[in-house]
Amino acid sequence: MTGDAAQHHVVSYVKLTFVWLVLLFLTALTVGVTRLDLSGYKILVALSIACLKSGLVITFFMHMKYEGRLLCWLLFVALVTLVIFIGFTFFDVLYR
Amino acid sequence: MIHTEHKDYTGSKLGMWLFLFTELLLFGGMFLLFSVYLVRYPQEFVAGGHQLNVVFGTINTVVLLSSSLLAAMAVSAIQRNDRRFAMLLLGGTVLCAAIFMAIKYVEWSTKIHHGIFPGSPHLVAGPPGESVFFSLYYLTTGLHGLHVLIGATLLTWVALKVKHGAVHSDDYVLLENSALYWHLVDLIWIFIFPLYYLIL
Repeated sequence: MTGDAAQHHVVSYVKLTFVWLVLLFLTALTVGVTRLDLSGYKILVALSIACLKSGLVITFFMHMKYEGRLLCWLLFVALVTLVIFIGFTFFDVLYR
Repeated sequence: MIHTEHKDYTGSKLGMWLFLFTELLLFGGMFLLFSVYLVRYPQEFVAGGHQLNVVFGTINTVVLLSSSLLAAMAVSAIQRNDRRFAMLLLGGTVLCAAIFMAIKYVEWSTKIHHGIFPGSPHLVAGPPGESVFFSLYYLTTGLHGLHVLIGATLLTWVALKVKHGAVHSDDYVLLENSALYWHLVDLIWIFIFPLYYLIL
């Protein structure tokens, strides 16, 4: 069963440490980029890097890369719900 | 009558993930509020962000990312039945949690000392956007801090279970699920940090 396959997949300490280093770099990048004068785009860049960081945490630290399709799709549904939740609110807020 | 305990690794992990989705939507609600009020009070939100300490925020981000690494390594350790190393790593994670809470305490107490807290005379007298920013700041980081405490307690409890042999390479879903909870705490902070501290 797919559960058993995921149960036995051990992520090496080296790979985890490498992901951590990338995360640290992306943090430094976020801080650096937001020091620049990008006005409106600042939040977009910061959020994009945050999405990338969370993608790495979910994929490697939370083992999503080694999980079955069901879990992946459920996460996708949850994220889409959140996007609709926030996005559709702006159909109202932006046009008041 | 022999009572055999029913173990369901996949079901257990699925249940945890479903719970984590509810947590995502909980904090998602707060990010929704933040986004709506950011659009309504852009200058006050930027001004509010200026009053937060970027150094503390960055250190806390590094602390949580490191704690996430240690928690993830603990899962790998228990899969290899390296129980002693798993306990050490969990201890490291809890230490990071303590450092995070200590810095958060310093941040909050400094703000409160300067009269910046929900309903304070200074905020009531100031522009409404500033009050909204700080109300959201205290609410979101407060709820997040509560999750850090819950997560740290959970990981401590699991570390003790590893010590007593109740959690091992043939049955470690408790550790894995607790680590998942911890990663969520890290994930939420990954978004709190740029939105509150870096939009200057």
